[in-house]
Amino acid sequence: MYKIAIMGESDSIYGFATLGLDTFPVDNAESAQKTLRNLAESDYAVVYVTENTASGIQNEIVRYSEQKLPAIILVPGVSGNTGDGVRNVSKSVEQAVGSDIIFGS
Amino acid sequence: MASKTVTATRMELTRLKRKLVTTRRGHKLLKDKRDELMRQFLSMVRENMELRKKVEAGLAAANKNFVLAKSTMSEEAVNVAFMTPKQEVSLEVSEKNIMSVDIPVFEYKTRTSDPNDIYSYGFAFTSSDLDDAVKSLSDLLPDMLKLAEIEKACQLMAAEIEKTRRRVNALEHVIIPETEAGIKMITMKLDENERSTQIRLMKVKDMLLEDAHHYSEREA
Repeated sequence: MYKIAIMGESDSIYGFATLGLDTFPVDNAESAQKTLRNLAESDYAVVYVTENTASGIQNEIVRYSEQKLPAIILVPGVSGNTGDGVRNVSKSVEQAVGSDIIFGS
Repeated sequence: MASKTVTATRMELTRLKRKLVTTRRGHKLLKDKRDELMRQFLSMVRENMELRKKVEAGLAAANKNFVLAKSTMSEEAVNVAFMTPKQEVSLEVSEKNIMSVDIPVFEYKTRTSDPNDIYSYGFAFTSSDLDDAVKSLSDLLPDMLKLAEIEKACQLMAAEIEKTRRRVNALEHVIIPETEAGIKMITMKLDENERSTQIRLMKVKDMLLEDAHHYSEREA
């Protein structure tokens, strides 16, 4: 039985607690990295990370992208959409095809 | 191209020929795998992008609702309202195999059966904006989970495609030409050996005949 976590600035994530997701407020890259590692090792299958938090721990997130679990998914936070999530999708196209032929501008 | 030194023997030739057949078959199979993976990946990644845009728009709206709700309530009241969540979600993870890539499939279960049973607070001390915000978020949850599933699948498939593509290219541009060059070299060497043996035999025969019949003396 797996659980779902959401990690990011507390303002962006507190609402998810009502849905039954486990919220993990973090306020700097260092604690974000530590939290993410802990989450990946315990039984969380999906970890949503706000884009702002994710931008500080890119390397850590890439590490999990080729593992089956957990799925680390970027979501926009309360401060607005930075476009990182969309960029990540384009990046996987680039990885597979060699260049972004679908969403490239 | 043939940078490797091959020993020019018949045994080596048979070995190389056999290797070439296997390599060709492997190359064809891998190429088919790559093409099929790519086809599935492209349709999946399109879906991924659409879903992501939908989720991001939904989240932006939900966040707006939360900001509105917070503006009419005190920080403490909001914190108290969310202190003890009523609902709990758990995930069942199963696996699906697409072209030898294991991708996770999520199925979620909520603790209470009523999907509207999400408000973890009494309605007396909270604003109605908060209800809207929570509702909008809860409507978004199925899509968010679907997004997680698809995005993970895309990441895994992209990695697999990259690997397969490298293998195909290595076979096509390195292993196969190298083997072919090796085979060519050995055949030429063996042919050359055969010719020189032939010439040597002819020469020896000439010498033997010369010894027996003394042609050159008779001509003189």
